[in-house]
Amino acid sequence: MQPIKRIASKTVVIASSDIDTDQIIPARFLTTTTKEGLGKQLFADWRYHSDGSPKAEFVLNRPEARGAEILVAGRNFGCGSSREHAPWALLDYGFRAVVSTAIADIFCGNSLKNGLLPIVVDEQTSQWLLHHPGAQVDIDLESMRLKLPTGTSVAFPIEPFARHCLLNGLDELGYLRAKLNDIERFEAARV
Amino acid sequence: MPARTLFDKVWAAHEVVAETPDTPAVLYVDLHLVHEVTTPQAFSMLRSLGLRVRRPDRTLATMDHSTPTHTEQVFGSVPIKVDAAARQVRQLEQNAAEFGIELFGMRDARRGIVHIISPELGCTQPGMTIVCGDSHASTHGAFGALAFGIGTTEVGHVFATQALLQRKPKSFAVNIEGQLSPGVSAKDLILSIIGKIGVSGGTGHVLEYRGSTVRSLSMEERMTVCNMSIEAGARAGMIGPDEVTFDYLKGKPRVPQGKAWDVAVARWRTLVTDPGARFDASVDIDATTIEPMITYGTNPGMVLPIGSAIPDKKGDAVFDQAMHYMGFHGGESMLGKPVNVVFIGSCTNGRLEDLQAAAQILKGRKVAPGVHLLIVPGSQQIKQEAEAAGLGDIFKAAGADWRESGCSMCLGMNGDTVAAGQYSISTSNRNFEGRQGKGARTLLVSPLTAAASAVAGRISDPRELL
Repeated sequence: MQPIKRIASKTVVIASSDIDTDQIIPARFLTTTTKEGLGKQLFADWRYHSDGSPKAEFVLNRPEARGAEILVAGRNFGCGSSREHAPWALLDYGFRAVVSTAIADIFCGNSLKNGLLPIVVDEQTSQWLLHHPGAQVDIDLESMRLKLPTGTSVAFPIEPFARHCLLNGLDELGYLRAKLNDIERFEAARV
Repeated sequence: MPARTLFDKVWAAHEVVAETPDTPAVLYVDLHLVHEVTTPQAFSMLRSLGLRVRRPDRTLATMDHSTPTHTEQVFGSVPIKVDAAARQVRQLEQNAAEFGIELFGMRDARRGIVHIISPELGCTQPGMTIVCGDSHASTHGAFGALAFGIGTTEVGHVFATQALLQRKPKSFAVNIEGQLSPGVSAKDLILSIIGKIGVSGGTGHVLEYRGSTVRSLSMEERMTVCNMSIEAGARAGMIGPDEVTFDYLKGKPRVPQGKAWDVAVARWRTLVTDPGARFDASVDIDATTIEPMITYGTNPGMVLPIGSAIPDKKGDAVFDQAMHYMGFHGGESMLGKPVNVVFIGSCTNGRLEDLQAAAQILKGRKVAPGVHLLIVPGSQQIKQEAEAAGLGDIFKAAGADWRESGCSMCLGMNGDTVAAGQYSISTSNRNFEGRQGKGARTLLVSPLTAAASAVAGRISDPRELL
C-alpha cells in the first residue's frame, strides 16, 4: 500500500444521514470475485436511471464533482452490511476520504484497511462542510487535523495503529503474522 | 477480581496480546464462518502471498447469498439463472477444495444460511469468538458468544492467522422486563429496541440483552433479537447462556458429547455478567407495552406500532427522502395499505418457529389474489423439518411459493427480487432503498404480521387472526 500523509482536495457533498452500504453499492453487484472496477457502480441506484443513463441531478454526475477526492456526508455513513465492496467502490471511483459526524464501525475498519480515510468531525465543522460543497479541504493524517478554506483547523480522531500503517504504507497482516508465535502459544495453553 | 460483564469475560479469554495505546489487541477467533460473496478476494490474497488457511478445522463454509431458491436450479438440471452468481458458487467450491475447508455445497442436506446452520449443527457455542464476512454474524451472540461481522481484508487475516486486530468495544446493557403480549414476537421486540436507541445508537458498543423477558425467550427468538443488533449500529449483541441454551445445544452433532458435555456446560455456566458489573451505557425496555411493529421508512429505526400513523416530520431531509421513496406521507395510517409481495425467511426469521408462526395464520386460509407470498426456509434441515410437520402442505395449500433455503429476497442478488415500486412486507432485517431490488419498497415485520398481511392483501394486525 502507498503511504498516505495528506489529502488536499475539493469536496463532494451527499448530505443524507444514515447512508447505508446498499446505497454505496447495491447487493446485486456483489457477485464479483475481484476488487477492481467497482467505481462505476458506486451509488448506482442514485446515479443511474433504470436504462443505465446517468441522472443529471445526482451530484456525482455533475461536472463540479470531477476530480474531488473527499466525500462529505451526513451522520452515520456506511451503516448496514460488512461488504468491503463499499470502500473498494469509493476508492475505485477516486475518493480517498469520507467526512461525517459519525461513521459506522465495520465500514470504518474496512476503510482504514484499504487506505480510505474515515474522518469524524464535530457537528459545527460538518455543518460548514455540508453547506459548502466543493470547498477546498486539507486533511493531514500526520497531525490528525482537517483544515477548512476559512483557515479553521480541527482535530480528528483516528485509531493509532491504523494511522501508523497508513502513514508508512504498511499492511496490518504483516504485523499480525509477526504475532504467530504468540498465537501458537495461546492455542497450546488452551487445550 | 472486579465484577465483569459476559462480554468482558469472553473478550479476556481470547486476548492473545492485550491492547496498548499504540496497538490493538490480537484477538483469537474460535470459529470462522465463510460464504461465497465476501471471500473470493481473501482467497486471492492468500494465493498471491503463498499462504494457507491456518486453521481449516476452525473454518466452515456454505453458500447462501447468491444461491437460487428454485428447486430445479438447486437440485435439477436447470442452471443458476444469474451467471455471476453461478461463477461465485463455483469459485467457493474450488477455494474450499484448494484450501481444505469443509463446505456445505449446493446440494448438501446441511446447507443453509450461514447464521442458521452453525447453531443448528452446534458449531456455535457459548463463550466462543465467531466471525463472518457478514454483519449478521451478531446472530450467534444469542448463545453467549462474541460474534461480529468483518470485511474481506479481515477474512484474509483470519484465514492466515486465526486472529484479528481489534480494539475492545464498549458495553451496553439492554434491560428488558415483562412479558410480551400475545401476537407480539421477538422481531417486534428488536424492532422496538432499534426504534428506541436508533440505527446508530449502538455504534462502538457490544449490546447485552438482559432481564426477565430475555430469559423467557426461546433460542430461536434470542437469535432473532441478536441478529438485528447490527441494525442498531452495534458491533455485536449477546445473551448470557442458561438452561434454554444448554437444552437447545444438547445432542447437536458438533457439541461436546458424554463427559465432555458436562465439562462444557459447567464452564458455560460461568459466562454470565457478574452482579454489580458496570456497563458503559444502558437502556430499559418495558416488554409489556410492545405491539406488533412495522417499518415505514428506509432504515430499521423508522419503525412504529402497526396501529399507529406515520409521524409527520416534513422538512426533515431523511424523512422526506424516505417518504418520497416509499410513496407514503406523514400522518397516514399503516394498517390497510396495499401489499404486492410478502417474504417470510432470512437469517432473522427463517427458522422453524418462524415458519410455525406463519403457518398458524395461513392454515386453512388463502393468500389474497395478486399477492406473491414467498416462504424460504433458513436451511435445508429446516425445510425438511417443516415438511415433516406438515407446514409445507399448509403453505402450498394457502397459495404460497415454498422454496429451497438461502438468503433469497432479503437482498436482491440471487434472482429473488421485488420489482420497482412494489410493496414488500418482509421478515428480513433491512428496509434500505433498493435492498430487495432496485426501487423495491420494503416494510419489515414479524412472521405473524407478514402472514396476516399476505392473507388480507393489505397491511394487517395479526392479532385479529389469532
